[in-house]
Amino acid sequence: MSLIKSLISNISYLKSNFKTMKAYLLPSIKLTIILIVITAGIYPLAIAGVGKLTPGHGDGETVIYKGRVVGYANEGQKFTKDQYFWSRPSAVDYNAAGSGGSNKGPSNPDYLKQVNDRITDFMKHNPGVTRSQIPAELVTASGSGLDPDLSPAGAQVQVARVAKVRGLSADAVSKLVDAHTEKPLFGVFGPAKVNVLKLNVTLDELKPL
Amino acid sequence: MNTEISGVIFTYLLTLAIAIPLGRYIARIFKGEKTWLDFLAPVERFIFRFSGIDPKKEMNWKQHLFALLTINSVWLIYAFVCLMAQGHLPLNPDANTGQSPDTAFNTAISFLVNCNLQHYSGESGATYFTQHFVFMFLHFVSAATGIAALIVLYKAMKDKVTDKLGNFWDYFVKSITRVLLPISFVIAVIFAFNGMTTSYAGKDTFISMQGDTVHVSRGPVAALVAIKHLGTNGGGWFGANSAHPIENPNYLTNTVELVAQCVIPIALVFALGFYLNKKKFAYVIFGVMTLGMLLLLIPTMNAEINGNPAIAHMGISQPTGAMEGKEVRFGPANSAYWSVLTTIISTGSVNSMHDSAMPVSGTMMLLGMMVNCFYGGCGVGVLNFYVFIIIAVFISGLMVGRTPEFLGRKIEAREMKIASLIALLHPFIILVGLAISSYVVVHMPGADWAVKPSTWLNNPGNHGFSEMLYEYTSSAANNGSGFEGLGDGNIFWNVTTGIVMILGRFLPIIGPLAIAGLLANKKYIPESAGTLKSDTSTFGLMIFAVIVIIAALSFFPALALGPIAEHFSLR
Repeated sequence: MSLIKSLISNISYLKSNFKTMKAYLLPSIKLTIILIVITAGIYPLAIAGVGKLTPGHGDGETVIYKGRVVGYANEGQKFTKDQYFWSRPSAVDYNAAGSGGSNKGPSNPDYLKQVNDRITDFMKHNPGVTRSQIPAELVTASGSGLDPDLSPAGAQVQVARVAKVRGLSADAVSKLVDAHTEKPLFGVFGPAKVNVLKLNVTLDELKPL
Repeated sequence: MNTEISGVIFTYLLTLAIAIPLGRYIARIFKGEKTWLDFLAPVERFIFRFSGIDPKKEMNWKQHLFALLTINSVWLIYAFVCLMAQGHLPLNPDANTGQSPDTAFNTAISFLVNCNLQHYSGESGATYFTQHFVFMFLHFVSAATGIAALIVLYKAMKDKVTDKLGNFWDYFVKSITRVLLPISFVIAVIFAFNGMTTSYAGKDTFISMQGDTVHVSRGPVAALVAIKHLGTNGGGWFGANSAHPIENPNYLTNTVELVAQCVIPIALVFALGFYLNKKKFAYVIFGVMTLGMLLLLIPTMNAEINGNPAIAHMGISQPTGAMEGKEVRFGPANSAYWSVLTTIISTGSVNSMHDSAMPVSGTMMLLGMMVNCFYGGCGVGVLNFYVFIIIAVFISGLMVGRTPEFLGRKIEAREMKIASLIALLHPFIILVGLAISSYVVVHMPGADWAVKPSTWLNNPGNHGFSEMLYEYTSSAANNGSGFEGLGDGNIFWNVTTGIVMILGRFLPIIGPLAIAGLLANKKYIPESAGTLKSDTSTFGLMIFAVIVIIAALSFFPALALGPIAEHFSLR
């Protein structure tokens, strides 16, 4: 009861202090204006200026093949044909005007069925590969839906298929994957990875179909 | 050692290595001592002169609160108007339209209160104008609001019998000019050189290797992502937040983003020690927070590295761990670390999709937000922690039969009432919201909101329940991450979470400041043999026990129905 009373007295107290707030209003508005200019105007413009000096000139680094832009180095794109290394499943179908994951929970039965279907599909396209050789990232959707990478194992498991379609030796393709494997940061921090787009561009340069 | 684990350890140690000197630096700024950024003083003088503010005028705790609430109201109205009108404002190369009133209501509150729950997708729901002039601006000022409020608390703890607690505008502006802005600049430059876009160019179009026409969203991302983490905001440029390859291109940027989001909350704990000259007390607080962090982190990393048992049954290999909703370049170990840090620290940015995380991880993330003070957000983390300190002092006092005292002041009924109200507010607003939404889902599945309740949940069973629990917990903790499968872009969720966010922000600022202000006015009792020592590990354990009992146990029934039940069903 006393609690409610003290609450009520606090509210009426707030009312009586409305005047104080009024005195702070004009300085608040002016301070807001000047801080908008600094934090949302000057600061990002300065960063945009610095960005001009970077490799992609601040527009994002592109990958060029046969004189035209075929993608952004950092953003994954859809590779589903057998002649290319596949990229990971994507919840947004690699539509880079949006982004997102499947948001499926680990126990969702529909989701688990979908994963199983992807495994079956992968095995159909990659005869000779056993289930235990398939790394999880090849049958699960990424967080962004635009994951540009595979783990080295995720690329190597596709080598036999790609080599066969392209008429190359498995050894040569495997070496190509090795050459495209980026080591962890400073060699010791984080996972190793393979950029799928760059790998596939090199593949086309080596032996176009 | 596994490179993924060594990466996590490296990131944490790097954070500490920066946080300690940063804490000393922050303490120096607010003690008014010389720092190497003093050449910025003319800029600050100009800001104050332009705004008609006298930064030397001392305020009492009530005046501080009124100043804080007044300027926050100005921002709320400004943000709301801009978001509604963004379709007609400049810097809109992708021709996106204005937000609906309920979405704008939710978004404006969300960014104002440092929560950054996003019920829109950045690619289509915001323009370059609102991204910068609303979101990035609020990233700065909401973080500075938290820091300034905390400095008021420190000042009240430091001085003996006073109601002069410095000037709010001074604390607030210096938080931006001396801390947030310079560090953001350095971080954004690192980002720019690692492939994050910085130009104002709109969407690009190209034809992919397989012949698909692809549109690519981009924009001046780097500047925003820097302060998004440094200010523990978390509201990202793109829908996928820091899982997006432009918003987080590689492991280095990921490390920088992780360090940036933890560094100020941890530095502010050390700043307490330097500011009050009570380093041991700061270590006790830091120790309790770190213990809490580790207790949440270890099970999460373990669960993610071991992968999804239901997928293991299908016979494929999970060499690194669970990969659904995760990016190859970060890997499950790092994603687990990020998920725990971003939830205990109130950032709420994500580099993996939490909805797809293992149930154990989901539990830990929820607990992190339920406690909301293991490091915690910029400024507000320690403010939340302070409430638990007061309760712990009071209970310890009762246990030994002495009048509870903290830093030389008696804690009496009035302070305890405020502390208890604030501590119980958090579970109250979360569980009431959850009860209402659960009722609506079950009893009104066809109700005619923009999205019918029957389609809210992206997953069946316990996991669907967790999605709702997570949404309210994240709102109340001003975290902003989500189990994003939840269909939250509609009137019900926009309005209810909007209210929860605003209560969850301002009451936990008002409460601790009121307590500190009241205590500062009381008679100072010099330390004696009978004083409860606040800088001992015994007292640290006491605080920890209070946190576990109040924050964690009140949520146990809800957790049992959600992620815990899912964990035991996942075989």
